[in-house]
Amino acid sequence: MSATRATGATSAVRAARAARATGTGTGTRTGPRDTPWLDDSAGRVMRPYTATSGRTRPDVALDLLSLVSATGVRPRTALGPEHSHVLRLCAAAAAPSVAEVAAQLRLPAVVTKVLLGDLMRYGAVTARAPRFLNDPADDLTLLRAVLDGLRRRL
Amino acid sequence: MDCADVCEAGPGTRPLPAPEGRGAQGPGPDRSAPPPATLKILVAGGFGAGKTTFVGAVSEIEPLCTEELLTGLSEADDPLEGVESKTATTVALDFGRITLDSRHVLYLFGTPGQQRFWFLWEELCAGALGAVVLADTRRLADCFPAVDFFERRGIGFVLAVNEFDGGHRYTADEVREAVGLAPEVPVVRCDARLASSGTRALAALVHHLLTTARHPRSGGPT
Repeated sequence: MSATRATGATSAVRAARAARATGTGTGTRTGPRDTPWLDDSAGRVMRPYTATSGRTRPDVALDLLSLVSATGVRPRTALGPEHSHVLRLCAAAAAPSVAEVAAQLRLPAVVTKVLLGDLMRYGAVTARAPRFLNDPADDLTLLRAVLDGLRRRL
Repeated sequence: MDCADVCEAGPGTRPLPAPEGRGAQGPGPDRSAPPPATLKILVAGGFGAGKTTFVGAVSEIEPLCTEELLTGLSEADDPLEGVESKTATTVALDFGRITLDSRHVLYLFGTPGQQRFWFLWEELCAGALGAVVLADTRRLADCFPAVDFFERRGIGFVLAVNEFDGGHRYTADEVREAVGLAPEVPVVRCDARLASSGTRALAALVHHLLTTARHPRSGGPT
């Protein structure tokens, strides 16, 4: 379903990608931003909820900054292109955040969370909740580490 | 909130083969090591103040834009007319990442400029270290709402004056006075197009947070 609709957009997407690549030489940055579902000139070629079969609520609690990683378990069920894409992103050496996965997919975060929830149910992906600051006593140590890290980049 | 596995599934510690078509991205952290602390800084400011440029310049990854789905109506004072029946929409968030070291990863969110999306900020503010408010001196008033927002919530911020070509250069004190900032809030100059300049603004923020951290935020440094 999505594959058929996407076919027509492929060349436009490639052209857009090429234009972007020449326009912004950003060096070491990561790969293509387009997906079969988004055409830069035409906009979305697939409604976002097609990927989730219409589901709009994730059944797991995921923060935008939860880190998701593939477990290596292959789901028994056949995965659609969106789920496969998510799983590939989760298998990166450094576990990406939900926000990064959503941005790479170019799908709304909540759609991405539904897809991730499926993969977690299959045992293919685990998620770690973000570790936010809460203890002021820890703050100083952490803030100093952040400041040092930033200054090292200057 | 401590880090915790949201889902227990599978042999999580097993090393993973690189998936086809996407090689390993450099030396990633050891999977058995504790996860890096997640740090979040918001980048706010009026429309066109340079938030997207700022996040893109300092981020180590390609500037990304994610979308958050908003359900239900926004705040009652939403000035838009004719959208009352709209129950879901998406709003774009600029998104960047800076890996500080193996244990600290800093995420940047460029928050939507439109005031009607601010209820989303409440979510983004949870666990945030602080904020950089970008100001364009040609339209200084555009940054007032963001300044108000962070002041009211006691979230530490710096005002970064984005120096646009052709914009009039004001001194930090002039800007401080015009915005009505508390004396302890740093005002820094920055060129949002430059990674070094943006990184300096972030460093100024964290330095500011360090100097004010001795006063508990809840009590308010009077």
